[in-house]
Amino acid sequence: MIDILLLLIIVACAIFALFMKDLLSATIILGVYSFIMATIFTRLNAVDVAFTEASVGAGITSVLMIAALSRTKRYEYHYTKGQRKKPSALFSKIMSLVLVIVTGAVLVYGTLDMPEFGDPEAPTNQHVSPRYIEETHHDTGINNMVTAVLASYRGYDTLGETTVIFTAGTAVILLLRRKKKV
Amino acid sequence: MKEHIIVRIVAKFFTPFIQLFAFYVIAHGDLGPGGGFQGGVILGASIILYVIAFGMDEGRKRISQKVSDILVSTGALVYAGIGILCILAGGAYLEYAELPLGSHHLASHLGMYGIEIGVGITVAFVMITIFFETAKKERTDS
Repeated sequence: MIDILLLLIIVACAIFALFMKDLLSATIILGVYSFIMATIFTRLNAVDVAFTEASVGAGITSVLMIAALSRTKRYEYHYTKGQRKKPSALFSKIMSLVLVIVTGAVLVYGTLDMPEFGDPEAPTNQHVSPRYIEETHHDTGINNMVTAVLASYRGYDTLGETTVIFTAGTAVILLLRRKKKV
Repeated sequence: MKEHIIVRIVAKFFTPFIQLFAFYVIAHGDLGPGGGFQGGVILGASIILYVIAFGMDEGRKRISQKVSDILVSTGALVYAGIGILCILAGGAYLEYAELPLGSHHLASHLGMYGIEIGVGITVAFVMITIFFETAKKERTDS
């Protein structure tokens, strides 16, 4: 019951964020969206993911979006009536609607072959999960399987992620830092 | 926001607690949810809160541009360096169990601590850097 309520709130947040003309409000609504998403992850017992979603999605992303807004304009650009009636604008709107519907249909079609949620016969529950549950403590000496997978079993991936973040920081410094006046 | 005394007091009061929580999250990644990434984000957020309340110049006094630039690369170097240390200790790259720190379990535990700390440093200071460079400078400083 509460899961359906949370999912409905998420859909409502997404729709409001789309139609909001004030981009600051849209950013805040996206923060709410992330926070409810974190609640859903907690309901699914994925606490690590929920923690990341709450701190990154609801916390830092909102702040960085607001920081980006301080460099641009707060309100969305309004089309004048003449621009809106142009046939090319209408055509691109219809085309994007078709594209979104097709993509959504393909994604839904992809989920049809997936096993039921929580199905004990699913391949992941048969083969991958038991191995991590049984072997993690013996292999790595720590108890949190998620951390063990991130830091030890998939250590290269995490090194790559850290490098990606480092590259993002470097790129921001190179692009946006003002040089000192000589 | 420099003139809002409530914002300033609350930010000043909460910053150390948020930072303590960030270190807790980094250090307890092996026991509960959390780890270097989340802890680093929280650490960055605490400093961003301070900067929002007190302004860019005050924030740059606390963490100078040079220090934060150095720390951005330090984290990634700590991570990669632990991998190199594992090779020097006779294992494969990032095979923490080979580090000469007592038992294999203890060595891999400490190796994971090390890389979590590296991830945390990089994430925290990249977030701070992005905020400092993206947010518009206040007009009063010119």
